[in-house]
Amino acid sequence: MSILQTPGSDGRFGDFGGRFVPETLVPACQELEAAFADAWNDPLFRTDLDQLLREYAGRPSMITECHNLSEQLGIRLFLKREDLNHTGSHKINNVLGQVLLAKRMGKKRIVAETGAGQHGVASATAAALLGLECKVYMGEVDVARQELNVFRMRLLGSEVEAVTSGSRTLKDAVNEAMRDWVASVETTHYCLGSVMGPHPYPFMVRQFHRVIGDEAFVQMNDAIGTNPDFVVACVGGGSNAMGIFSGFVDTPARLIGVEPAGGAAVSRGQPGVVHGMKSYLMQDEYGQVAEAHSISAGLDYPGVGPEHSYLASIGRAEYPTVTDDEVIAGFQLMSRAEGIIPALECAHAMAWISREAKNMQGKTVLMNLSGRGDKDVGQMMSILKELM
Amino acid sequence: MTGRLESALRARIDSGGKCLVPYITGGYPGWVDSVRACAANGADAIEIGIPFSDPVMDGPVIQQASQLALEAGATPVSIFQEIRNLDVGIPIAVMCYYNTVFHAGHERFASDLIAAGVSAAIVPDLPLEEAGDWCAAADAAGVETVMLAAPTAPDERLPRVAERARGFVYSVGLLGVTGERAELALTATVLAARVKKITNKPVLIGVGVSNAAQAVEASRVADGVIMGASVVHRMIDGGSEAVGLFIAEVRNALDGATW
Repeated sequence: MSILQTPGSDGRFGDFGGRFVPETLVPACQELEAAFADAWNDPLFRTDLDQLLREYAGRPSMITECHNLSEQLGIRLFLKREDLNHTGSHKINNVLGQVLLAKRMGKKRIVAETGAGQHGVASATAAALLGLECKVYMGEVDVARQELNVFRMRLLGSEVEAVTSGSRTLKDAVNEAMRDWVASVETTHYCLGSVMGPHPYPFMVRQFHRVIGDEAFVQMNDAIGTNPDFVVACVGGGSNAMGIFSGFVDTPARLIGVEPAGGAAVSRGQPGVVHGMKSYLMQDEYGQVAEAHSISAGLDYPGVGPEHSYLASIGRAEYPTVTDDEVIAGFQLMSRAEGIIPALECAHAMAWISREAKNMQGKTVLMNLSGRGDKDVGQMMSILKELM
Repeated sequence: MTGRLESALRARIDSGGKCLVPYITGGYPGWVDSVRACAANGADAIEIGIPFSDPVMDGPVIQQASQLALEAGATPVSIFQEIRNLDVGIPIAVMCYYNTVFHAGHERFASDLIAAGVSAAIVPDLPLEEAGDWCAAADAAGVETVMLAAPTAPDERLPRVAERARGFVYSVGLLGVTGERAELALTATVLAARVKKITNKPVLIGVGVSNAAQAVEASRVADGVIMGASVVHRMIDGGSEAVGLFIAEVRNALDGATW
């Protein structure tokens, strides 16, 4: 039996998860839970989704052995290349699944939140392809630092609204998307972008992303005849990490979810309830949700998906942190050593691997390269001025 | 046993009147004066919001008031202290998001409410399925937990919500967040009629009840109204005096109408 369970109707992973939403949204969550279960067990839906993943998103994504970094760090490093998917990140896996499901449910419109813009772009893409109206909420701070992605979403036909409340980042974009959904629930599907939120989202989004881990499990065994010693991914809400962990959670591999030091829900948070879920959450002594601070908009989130909280609580996965400075170094390291510019989110995983390589000498490490760094080049240009 | 909030509402209803429950954001500069103005001008009970960093059920007006209250240093503890000294003679309910309750701990939060003289709690992001533990602690401490009935609820759900409700059943006036609207949504009276059919508890409509005329319209079906954004925006613009005038206007309209 796998450590990753199918949650019951209470949506719990151990003590975490649940469905803490206004009464208005309860029937919609229940309807979604039933619709997802029905679709997931329907071979026709799975065939349609597989075809989209193959012919549109470009799956399976390959694995790449990093010979230069391996030699430099004294480990054997492989990358799972989610950066090569259409739209440039793993986010497309979940979005194609959810938008296909929304259509099947008869919804005409989707709303989505986005941090770095990767989920927003993926949502706008899937909405364009499958003919749904799409509105994306994005914090004003993130709109400024990811303006290319804002333009991409608009080019794809989506409306983008800058959210000016609270910390004006990802958590406030989630609030605004939920407010929209409370008002529009009869016609609209909330296309949530990570393994978070009320049940069934954490479970459903994990299932849509487990293709990452299922592919990688086979690919790694083909490549080295066994499982990697370490599986490493960055964690904001934690969708790419849950995706790749899914393939290895029942192997002896150590699972490492790397959080930004300024958004370290697992190591610095306590159990709390926000955005529909009970999970580790950075908060003050009265339960006010703290503002996260990270160089990477996609990880700028004070909470984490409830299944990560569960994996942390049973000791199955570890959640170390890295600093922004280490991330900048990791970003440059991968670019120079391998000719691959990683998303700033993934540079967190690279930073941890680089820092901890001395303790992993001779070991095999699989890192999920969940997105490409093109979107971050403008921001990094202002930080790495000496290259100009 | 009927709690203090329900008793106060029933007294109004039994005398042939309609209930008026204004909402005030706790911790907003000058909020205590606004609470007193509500009590002095005909409110039957007062709902006091505990500001939260992520108020997903609230529209721009209450979001803004919450944000300003937090910036002014409001905490649940500081608000409870001021409530303890209020002595307005009518029941107080607090409206708070669930993390405020969860973080304090159910038993401790319930006893804090009782110590502050609060009669009831409204927790808008705690639906029926998740409410059991809190409701048990609240019942044991003597705190009435108001449950919300939503326009999207199927018929089979409403009796379970009403059964769990203490104080009154909060019949949500529309699909959406708190805020003023030009018209009372049709869903407001449709839902309230559905709820009235399955419970003998007081049924009040809140969310989107924006002026005296809408309060009267809503009360043709319901036992009364909760008024939030319309009160808070007057508190922001005109302070307690504007709040008092508005509550008096709504009270007069409700008392002057024939039912």
